[in-house]
Amino acid sequence: MRRRIVITGVGAVTPLGLTSKQMWDGLLEGRCGLGTIRAFDASAFDCNIAGEVPEYNLRDYVPKSHRKATKLMSRDIELAVIASHEAVQNSGFVTKAHEGQHPTLVPTRTAINYGAGLITCDLTEMAQSVKHCITNGKFDIHKWGNVGMQTLTPLWLLKYLPNMLPCHVAIIHDIQGPSNTITCGDAASYLAISEAAEVIQRDSADAALAGGGETKINPIGVVRQYLMNRTNCSSNDNPAEACRPFDAEAAGTIISEAAGTIVLEEMQAAKARGAKPLAEMVGWGSSHSLNVDYVHLEPNGNAVQIAIEMALQQAGIGPDKIDLIIPCGSGIACDDAAEAAGIQNALGAAATTVPVWPIKSMLGHAGSAAGTLDIIAATLAIQNGKCGKAMNFQSAMPGCKLNILQQPLEKRFKYVLCCGYSFGGQSAAVLLKAIED
Amino acid sequence: MRHRVVITGMGIVCPLGNDVPTMWDGLMTGKNGMGYTTLFDASTFPTQFDAEVKNYDLSRFIKNVKQHANSSRGSQFVIGATAQACRQAGIDFETDSPADGIDRKRMGIYLGAGEGAINDDAFFSALVDSWQEDKNGPDWTKWVKTAAQKMRAWQELEQEPSLPASHVAILTGARGVSRSCLTACAASTQAVGEAMMLVRHGKADVVIAGGCHSMIHPLGITGFNRLTALSTRNDSPQTASRPFSSTRDGFVIGEGAAIVILETLESAQKRGVTILAEIVGFGSSSDAFRVTDMHEDARGAVQSLKMAIADAGLTIHDIDYISTHGTSTSENDSIETKAIKTVFGQQAYKIPLSSPKSQFGHLIGATGCAELITCIMAIHENTLPATMNYNDPDPELDLDYVPNKPRKAKVDVALNESFGFGGQNNVVIIKRFQD
Repeated sequence: MRRRIVITGVGAVTPLGLTSKQMWDGLLEGRCGLGTIRAFDASAFDCNIAGEVPEYNLRDYVPKSHRKATKLMSRDIELAVIASHEAVQNSGFVTKAHEGQHPTLVPTRTAINYGAGLITCDLTEMAQSVKHCITNGKFDIHKWGNVGMQTLTPLWLLKYLPNMLPCHVAIIHDIQGPSNTITCGDAASYLAISEAAEVIQRDSADAALAGGGETKINPIGVVRQYLMNRTNCSSNDNPAEACRPFDAEAAGTIISEAAGTIVLEEMQAAKARGAKPLAEMVGWGSSHSLNVDYVHLEPNGNAVQIAIEMALQQAGIGPDKIDLIIPCGSGIACDDAAEAAGIQNALGAAATTVPVWPIKSMLGHAGSAAGTLDIIAATLAIQNGKCGKAMNFQSAMPGCKLNILQQPLEKRFKYVLCCGYSFGGQSAAVLLKAIED
Repeated sequence: MRHRVVITGMGIVCPLGNDVPTMWDGLMTGKNGMGYTTLFDASTFPTQFDAEVKNYDLSRFIKNVKQHANSSRGSQFVIGATAQACRQAGIDFETDSPADGIDRKRMGIYLGAGEGAINDDAFFSALVDSWQEDKNGPDWTKWVKTAAQKMRAWQELEQEPSLPASHVAILTGARGVSRSCLTACAASTQAVGEAMMLVRHGKADVVIAGGCHSMIHPLGITGFNRLTALSTRNDSPQTASRPFSSTRDGFVIGEGAAIVILETLESAQKRGVTILAEIVGFGSSSDAFRVTDMHEDARGAVQSLKMAIADAGLTIHDIDYISTHGTSTSENDSIETKAIKTVFGQQAYKIPLSSPKSQFGHLIGATGCAELITCIMAIHENTLPATMNYNDPDPELDLDYVPNKPRKAKVDVALNESFGFGGQNNVVIIKRFQD
């Protein structure tokens, strides 16, 4: 008998707030989390807006036993720790992090699959070491080997390894089962969550933490994105309208930082411990776009189509059963057009009627975390029987026949589809279903 | 429905050679891939040597080199390794109309792929040009002037660890499940293990699995040197990697790529291709201990070993050979030995184990799959690679490490283990194929 997978907890730290509730309220209100970059002086950068997470106190999220290790956490890791803290609370699991209580999470039967990005080192810290290595106004690698590198903290590298996101979370909550770090760019969350579901399905674990976390808001990350022609550099004075998914005026995405974590469980195990399942994960699929420019999707969105078809096939439903789609909708014109084509080809006639709710106009594009935010929004839409409207959407871009939501919707959603893709071509879809009593 | 999963192709690019026969011949004849660093000027670094891939020529493996010209070292290596593996498995590549009988939607990719090297010139120049002594930090307005002038879009994109898989997709037309993972030194063992699960459980008929990595660049070596993880035996690079010896002082960093083709038994038999081995077990665990150290009782390593043996439906008495993680660091080799003793008990003394890292170095993310390929060869040739430079036994480490000379031995089942910084542990078991 096939093991069924349910979501029993969600946690998110996003530009809209430090909890999934704040994200959800912001999305319903149509609030925009984007603004002028505060992390560093970006005034001379082609794009100087982004979606930054509000101020937080990391100590609030880390048990005493792990406090010392916080100095080994880059911001990507911190965000993952914060989102995972909420997801665990939300699931009702007691873990090692709840000091003095008896844990209900079984360490060796719990997995973690986490999406992470390419982490940039702290450039100010690096500059303080590089300053010792200048000869005639140029970087001198001999001085770097002799002197410069010695001024870096010995554990420097450990702050920037992408696998440290799940490693820190696993230590905090004592997760000893299968552990993986998925590094598939902007599709990382989808693929990490899919793998976590497979790990439970094949009986290698009964529960899993899954999700993704990333910040690209540092000087290199910001420049990198606009060099690749992904960012809207013409809306610096109007961040609220900068990211326009599927709109005729779409001119690029806006990067943001976030982390999202969900708790997945085998359905019977969740019921047995009295947890409240929020949604069931009934289908997932992934494919690869084959575009030799390596940055953008192929124009017909074929990989998105294949991923959606796989997810529908696994769930055993037709496209007409889908009640809501949360797409990637990055705001990058050619990618949105390709994604729309992929969705349209996968859904056929249903494509023009199923409501589509892109959320990056409010959250920005959080890279490796983005897909988890989509899946959490989908979970909360199912739970609350409503969703918000697409922001910054006035008229559809050429070729887009999707029913982009112009008004908020109140409805009992049974099936909600999420899809995403990355630069480099990895594409994925996840299908959620409401819990039936 | 559970499918049997077999290996039908393999390819490697590593410091001992750029194909499987050359690599194996190097292992069998006591060669090693170590030498002084040539990829950048490391003459003042604590470690001034490594194990580099030499004389690599992509045009030896593929026709359309131009399509992948702008790619990182890791991507270049993985394209060559994939081409070798596909050729052996009878999989067509660089064509829009493959005639190999594999549905591209059922062909996936799973790589343990490392990040590409940063653009050093842009990185360091921008920090130098923008330094303000009075503010003790960079002036970002000056920084961006230099950075934007020197950074190149393709080079920035190629640093993303998802990009090697993108090149493999373009090369082969694979349209199925595509994932990449980066669990430090365990990455490509984990990639192969999870890829096996995709095939076993019907998510794909064929998966191109393995990994690639090159961290031989100033910041990579800086990171490992600061951790004191690298050997600093600058007067003797050739003998610096000495796993399980009492005089071991760290690993020797290598680079490369390794790929295996995993396939359902039905698919391989239908296509009539040679089966190299069957992949039968996978175990994965997390130490959940400290990000800086392995668990002192090898808790995570033990669990991944037990899980893999159980997954394969085998017992400890079935394992003929263990390809260790054997990095030549003080901590790893001790704790790994402890893990093997805990799981195998007295049987541990009867199982030969060795570390090819003593010859090709530590290929970081690519190392697990490279070592899996040595396991396939061990089964095929009934010969065990040696642990070289084993001249100073460590009294605490008293297992059979196959010292200094390859050994003839009947190998039907081989176990490959990889442990990553941070505590992610992975074990894969392969078996001689029998219908």
